[in-house]
Amino acid sequence: MIFEDEPVPGYPLPILPGHTSPGRFERVLRAGQFAVTAELAPPDSADPEDVYRRARIFDGYVDAINATDGSGANCHMSSLAVCALLTRIGYAPVMQISCRDKNRIAIQGDILGGAAMGVCNLLCLTGDGVQAGDHPQALPVFDLDSLTLLETARTLRDEHHFLSGRKISFAPRVLLGAAENPFAQPTAWRAARLAKKVAAGAQFIQTQFCYDLPMLRSFMRQVEDLGLLDKVFILVGVGPLRSAKAAEWIRTHVPGVHIPDAVIARLRGASDAALEGRRLCSELIEEIRGLRGVHGVHLMAYRQEETVAEIIQRSGVLGGRVPWHPGRDPVSESNRKVS
Amino acid sequence: MYAVRQWSVRHARGLNVFYKTFEAALVRLDPLFRAIGYSRLERPVAFVERNVKGLLFDCRMCGQCVLSSTGMSCPMNCPKNLRNGPCGGVRANGHCEVRPEMRCVWVAAVAGSERIPGGRAALAQVQPAVDRRLQGQSSWLRVVRERRSGGA
Repeated sequence: MIFEDEPVPGYPLPILPGHTSPGRFERVLRAGQFAVTAELAPPDSADPEDVYRRARIFDGYVDAINATDGSGANCHMSSLAVCALLTRIGYAPVMQISCRDKNRIAIQGDILGGAAMGVCNLLCLTGDGVQAGDHPQALPVFDLDSLTLLETARTLRDEHHFLSGRKISFAPRVLLGAAENPFAQPTAWRAARLAKKVAAGAQFIQTQFCYDLPMLRSFMRQVEDLGLLDKVFILVGVGPLRSAKAAEWIRTHVPGVHIPDAVIARLRGASDAALEGRRLCSELIEEIRGLRGVHGVHLMAYRQEETVAEIIQRSGVLGGRVPWHPGRDPVSESNRKVS
Repeated sequence: MYAVRQWSVRHARGLNVFYKTFEAALVRLDPLFRAIGYSRLERPVAFVERNVKGLLFDCRMCGQCVLSSTGMSCPMNCPKNLRNGPCGGVRANGHCEVRPEMRCVWVAAVAGSERIPGGRAALAQVQPAVDRRLQGQSSWLRVVRERRSGGA
């Protein structure tokens, strides 16, 4: 879909009534489209081209790109920097902020800085524990938690002051997101936790990997019972599994990922497990699309980002829509050169 | 102590009743506390509080106790200090991502809050960010002073 006031890359869109950000991602969600986001693994490099190469892979298939913030407690290029590079050429990044590495002073500074660099979407996360990553000897900060981080960002945006009460002259205009894991204990309280996040300011949710549709359905029913369906955009996390062995490894070693035995059995029985994993992912996306209250999917294809296009294509969820990417609309690009 | 902490969650209902009674008694003692002076009381009361709550809840003396809102499971025992609910990394057996031998304090909190009247609603409240300056101070005396000035 093309907006009449489609961006000239790097320029913000006009903020429509009822919107909180000048971003394209919020436009897509509020227009009722089924949104697709994907996770970009930040490089272990100081070369901007490494970021652009990783972003280009998703061209034409995603509405926003998540820049992770030291995910798995491993050190990479910062999410703020990745986002700043992406906005330079018009991409719509989702800046992930984890509470693990920064206190409230640093985080508020990053939110202002990110917004100044054109970031329109924030994802407020608790963050993995340092024991999970490559620097287990590091100090875990956790000054805020994901809820108070959401409230902090909302305070900056809506009340135009820091947590200290000190005024800011130009508020960050952002869409606020949070994560939820419908598949982790205590499962009976997960929807209530989502309600809490919505109360703290979450406007969109990206979930942990979903491989268990019955569990997701039961979660969505609880979300509906709590009256949250029209209060938050929910994007369900999905990703391809490379093999039965990889799936076993993930469910044992990656905190919070639930993979049913049936999924592993299906991969084991396939002649080409990787292809089967991608097929399974496309099928899940199709099913997820049919769920009431689900507004999109969030692809996490760690180290197999090149499969995202194929998976989305096969699922058919974009229905012919081509999300914006650099070079999609030669006319608006040329506007930039003129203006 | 871990075993006592689990016992406290199982007995959240009784402990909550006791706590409410104890708190009301403390608030009534406000005139006495004022006569002695709150600053003079801080150290001995904090000492008692640290030991009593340390035994029952593995209290970390954050100085801003929320036990009655968290099913008598102290959230400061969460390695991520989460005061608003569990992270997404809780294991299938309900144990902690960071410390696999420990039951997630929020799995315990949800179980404990089921035993307290109004516990579910209390769990739904968004707790403010921790004020790190209060670390080590008595939460009991703070509550009494707040009640008094709040007029409740």
